[in-house]
Amino acid sequence: MTEKELKPKAKEEVKAKGERVRPGRVFLPAVDIFETPEALTLVADMPGVPNDKVTLDIKDNHLIISGGITPPMGEGETMLSQEYYTGDFQREFHLGATIDQARIEASMKDGVLRLLLPKAEKAKPRKIEVKVG
Amino acid sequence: MPIFTFREPGWSPSEELERLQRRMGRLFEETIAPGLGLWRAGVYPLVNISEDHDYLYVRAELPGINPQELEITVHEGNLILRGGRKIPSEEKDINYHRRERESGFFRRVVGLPTAVNPDKVEASYKDGILTVKLGKPEEIKPRVIKVQSA
Repeated sequence: MTEKELKPKAKEEVKAKGERVRPGRVFLPAVDIFETPEALTLVADMPGVPNDKVTLDIKDNHLIISGGITPPMGEGETMLSQEYYTGDFQREFHLGATIDQARIEASMKDGVLRLLLPKAEKAKPRKIEVKVG
Repeated sequence: MPIFTFREPGWSPSEELERLQRRMGRLFEETIAPGLGLWRAGVYPLVNISEDHDYLYVRAELPGINPQELEITVHEGNLILRGGRKIPSEEKDINYHRRERESGFFRRVVGLPTAVNPDKVEASYKDGILTVKLGKPEEIKPRVIKVQSA
């Protein structure tokens, strides 16, 4: 695979549901989601979000990931030229199968969230043997 | 066959239409009324430039990169950012549901709005944000002029 040049992309803003306590914009993080027979992995880009500002909310088969950013500008700074907006991140997913919630692992490094969602035993794929009669 | 299905809640034709409307609005802002919306260079990464009394700050969102592989140069009033973003390939036995994160290289020249002292440039990388802090030379720093009474 040849390396390609990255193209800038505007972050997609989400329409906030209900009234938010924190003012400001909310964006959809770009995600990769992939599946193995054992687990589901979700990787999300959330630049500006420190480790302790990530929230995972799983209820039934509904997963919400959110991240709060640290305000990027220091006190006394004024913006001269702005090409991107900053704001918190949030995205929701419906999981189509059962996750073993007790074994979920999450890590956050350099603005990238990595979530390992192991499948519950009953949700793992089974090979069905066809008996020859 | 993947046994998981991913569906983002809240998808509906009307919301999709609204999203389109927002995008059109943004396009309008960018082309018809520059200055009202965001100024775009069309080159990755997008940067925000700010200042305070002593420094210029150039920031870029670069999640998940190796800061050791960044090459930052100040040259004749320009800041040059070169680097790459690698997304390590996962094991072979996987199926993707979504693949929105991109890898590749970048090289961007940012014209600096004021003169800077090339000896006073620092770069830091935290939580996926690159901040380049560039010291302003003494002669361009704002000074308070006192009016002398005769």
